[in-house]
Amino acid sequence: MSGTAGSFTVRNERGMVVLAALGRWDAAAARLLDAPLRAFRAGGSQTVRLDLGQIERFDTAGAWLVWRTHKRLSAEGATVELVGLDPARQALLEQVAANDHPVRVEPDKSRGLARIAERTGKGAVQALRKGRNFVAFFGLIMVTLARAVAQPRRFRITSIVYHVEQVGLNALPIVGLISFLIGIVLAYQGASQLQQFGAEVFVVNLIAISVLRELAILLTAIIIAGRSGSAFTAQIGAMKVHEEVDAMRALGLDPMEILVLPRVIALVIALPLLAFFADIMGLLGGGLMAWFALDVSPAVFIERLHAATGFWTVAVGLIKAPVFALLIAMVGCYEGLRVEGSAESVGRLTTRAVVESIFLVIVVDALFSIFFAAIGV
Amino acid sequence: MSGDPIIRIRGLRTQFGRQVVHDGLDLDVERGEVIGIVGGSGTGKSVLLRTIVGLNRPAAGSIEVFGAELAKLPAGERRRQEQRWGVLFQDGALFSSLTVAQNIQVPLREHLHLPQALMDEIAAIKIGMVGLAPEAADKYPSELSGGMRKRAGLARALAMDPEVVFLDEPTAGLDPIGAAAFDQLIRSLQRSLGLTVFMVTHDLDSLHAICDRIAVLADKRVLVVGDMATMLRHDHPWIREYFHGPRARAANLDTAA
Repeated sequence: MSGTAGSFTVRNERGMVVLAALGRWDAAAARLLDAPLRAFRAGGSQTVRLDLGQIERFDTAGAWLVWRTHKRLSAEGATVELVGLDPARQALLEQVAANDHPVRVEPDKSRGLARIAERTGKGAVQALRKGRNFVAFFGLIMVTLARAVAQPRRFRITSIVYHVEQVGLNALPIVGLISFLIGIVLAYQGASQLQQFGAEVFVVNLIAISVLRELAILLTAIIIAGRSGSAFTAQIGAMKVHEEVDAMRALGLDPMEILVLPRVIALVIALPLLAFFADIMGLLGGGLMAWFALDVSPAVFIERLHAATGFWTVAVGLIKAPVFALLIAMVGCYEGLRVEGSAESVGRLTTRAVVESIFLVIVVDALFSIFFAAIGV
Repeated sequence: MSGDPIIRIRGLRTQFGRQVVHDGLDLDVERGEVIGIVGGSGTGKSVLLRTIVGLNRPAAGSIEVFGAELAKLPAGERRRQEQRWGVLFQDGALFSSLTVAQNIQVPLREHLHLPQALMDEIAAIKIGMVGLAPEAADKYPSELSGGMRKRAGLARALAMDPEVVFLDEPTAGLDPIGAAAFDQLIRSLQRSLGLTVFMVTHDLDSLHAICDRIAVLADKRVLVVGDMATMLRHDHPWIREYFHGPRARAANLDTAA
């Protein structure tokens, strides 16, 4: 942009202060003009003339600076004259003056201790309300399921199969790889400790029990919460944003039956299968590591495996799978249906769904541990 | 600078994959005019707007704005050019994590580094100028109606006092009273700020009320440019259908000619 940056000169002329504006008085020059204009005083003079005839470019920001100065000087008791404005600039100045209403830029927020108390309280109430809503949502799923059992054609077989493929089959590589690697890590870490006691062979017990009872299912559940729970929220949330869910309701279709139930059933089917696959891959990883690093041959490994584990070792892991699946699918669908309006809320609730489902999975896993310890398996 | 067109497009070709949207498109926009771009759905009106402001890269041809070709400018020059225009997207495209006033302050803060007090004052003026109530300033976009979001989007587009504003369907989705008020707003701002307005629209009332010239996009190029009388005289079937159809009669265009 051509021209010189805005500035002004001040001179006295027959008892009158003359402020002569020069150069560009526009948004780009406003930074330079702002402070000097605020500091400008009439200096006891009764009349101030603002000579605006030399301005090269004049826009809303410049007009505001002129108007603000005019207003302040007048309030301080001076008589202010404006000269040198052509009609177009005069009109702009008048429009700016007409729209001079101060505004608040941000809503007021409480500060300090009050804010902490407010947030804690809000958080607590929201958590309780959410707990109640989860229970209600679980009830709704069960009612929908009961209705579908009574009228089996309400089961959407195609949709269930599609989701089993999405959440189960397509997750095999990642679940398998992670479980395999965890088996390796366990074997290696366990071996270096057990070697000190000459008890390398017990590494099999370590791997078998930790993988089968806890790690395989827990890791699978966490991966699936991140992979499929989030996908449920995002899919259903996007449909909410485009009013597809409302359209379903308006067409007399039940979103619980069409969207939620197939996803829940698919995950309840897929997760135990994935967990079993993770069991195998974890043992494979641990077994290979035991063989290469500790010279525990496959034959010895299998023999120790038989001795160390029984039906219940595997069952304890797999029993948890459908429960975790239900939790993950429920949270994913619930948060998806809570999406309102904007795409931004899809992102926010997707994150929340993942965090909540992982949290719930670990809490329930702890409860299972206590339960199994109490009944002694 | 007067006399030269402010936007000059020659031989523009845009395509997505193998789908050609524009081919050999020429258009001049004069300084200080309001030009309306019309055309059937899918003729690339919004694409043209986005291409001019550099959001799409043309496959061939040249687009000069303020006498310089944006694509060939170094990054710093290009940023200075971009500060000389404002864009109003269809739904306002306000930043959802910021209030209306903060949205208006974004370009002021990022480009001009103005002191906060001055930015607050300028934001207040812009909010008034686009006809929003002062109470709207500290609201978030999700708390506003569609019409208010458009006004807030316009205020942000005007924050830097640009020379050209690009409006993408400014009146779509507004009720007729709101749309008429928005037309008047654009017209009065255009007069008082000396703006050049490039407007993509479907709204015959807008075209009639505020556009100095109309450009019709069809067959991948600008078919004809001219005022409303030229449009009404033209005998291309689509233009006849558009300007003499039942909706056009409802907008009293026939009697205006």
